[in-house]
Amino acid sequence: MYGNDFGVSESLLDQVDEAERALVAAAQRRTGAGDTTDQGGSASSGVDLQAYFDAVIGADQKIEPRDWMPDSYRKTLIRQIAQHAHSEIIGMQPEGNWITRAPSLKRKAILLAKVQDEAGHGLYLYAAAETLGISRDELVQMLLDGRQKYSSIFNYPTLTWADIGAIGWLVDGAAIVNQVPLCRCSYGPYARAMIRICKEESFHQRQGYEILHTLAHGTPEQKAMAQDAVNRWWYPSLAMFGPPDVASTHSEQSMAWGIKRFSNDDLRQRFVDMCVGQAEVLTLTLPDEALRWNEERGHHDYTQPDYDELMRVIKGDGPCNRQRTAHRRRAQSEGAWVREAAAAYAAKAQARATQDEQTPEDAVAGVST
Amino acid sequence: MNGWTLWEVFVRPRRGLSHTHVGSVHAPDAVIALRNARDVYTRRQEGVSIWVVAATAITASSPDEKDAFFDPAADKVYRHPTFYEVPEGVKHL
Repeated sequence: MYGNDFGVSESLLDQVDEAERALVAAAQRRTGAGDTTDQGGSASSGVDLQAYFDAVIGADQKIEPRDWMPDSYRKTLIRQIAQHAHSEIIGMQPEGNWITRAPSLKRKAILLAKVQDEAGHGLYLYAAAETLGISRDELVQMLLDGRQKYSSIFNYPTLTWADIGAIGWLVDGAAIVNQVPLCRCSYGPYARAMIRICKEESFHQRQGYEILHTLAHGTPEQKAMAQDAVNRWWYPSLAMFGPPDVASTHSEQSMAWGIKRFSNDDLRQRFVDMCVGQAEVLTLTLPDEALRWNEERGHHDYTQPDYDELMRVIKGDGPCNRQRTAHRRRAQSEGAWVREAAAAYAAKAQARATQDEQTPEDAVAGVST
Repeated sequence: MNGWTLWEVFVRPRRGLSHTHVGSVHAPDAVIALRNARDVYTRRQEGVSIWVVAATAITASSPDEKDAFFDPAADKVYRHPTFYEVPEGVKHL
């Protein structure tokens, strides 16, 4: 339906499985860059290192943490993976806002599990970023200082319960369209983290869709609430794919490195095409009067999001920027005593163990760890 | 974090399968590392057993020396059974 560019499979989960199989298959191929026939000692030359790196990328193989890589490749990945990790962490806030007010115990349990997943995704990604030689403390500090960004979408407020549905359907849906190609990213730890994340994201998107479907088939007030949420989240979701290709600064190099596989505009188009049919089943409308099928292009024509607004929100002037950052700083400082207590306990246990070593007869009675 | 140890996490998905590296966690000691690893990597019953190993305790081979390191095995095709021609008519070999 979308052409071979996106693979033959329509289901996102199938695409993730395909990416996983491709990863395993690629790992079993050789690079064709003289992987096994290289002369020993060639690694000392900078030119050969670059050539080898290029050959690995060219053969669609993975770069691993201890491989040589250009500084700019490393920096680009740290920036992108960190921003991604921060987004998962900040992304807990708009949804966490509704945990205590979820309309049933079932919805509350599901939402809790989803927010817990976001924390988990943040941690997988921090772990992947750390393999590039940056510490967790530095990453956390850069988020708190505002030196690294998170996705602009989380600077919008969740005003009603229907927003939880719209976030799952549209925001997680857009994230998945963005992230499925990252399962094929050239950096191994990132690609493997993304495969894991995408499999879990699928539940997020479906639970959001189900919330909206239930509301849209409920009372007129519930349906209006669902429609209002879709109206507010549609354009910010389109903006999640980033600036249009002509204005995207990092795209070309990231494509060459196999970090990025498709352009912002291609992914945005794909998302729009996916949503149209899904909205029909919901009996909700997407807030775009210009939205219509273009037979010639084989895609829907649609109205672009307001990119000036996107830039303003990224720069810090969205509805909730200050609130999100302040909340994260508060959570970090209010959690300090837990970290300190854990460190004190570990130090005490360590001291006790050292003491036991000095008096062997006591060690026999001690609990072995 | 404050200098917490980095632990590499290995999960055994099912009895009979080996532990596989899944990622890492930070923790002040091994017991908390295990609990953190459970919460981060086995929320959907992905495993029946977890190992955590302090990252500093792992010695990794260097990619620079990969060729020299693994070369000795490269020219020993006779280690594979397919190297040997089985005479016609011989069974169960």
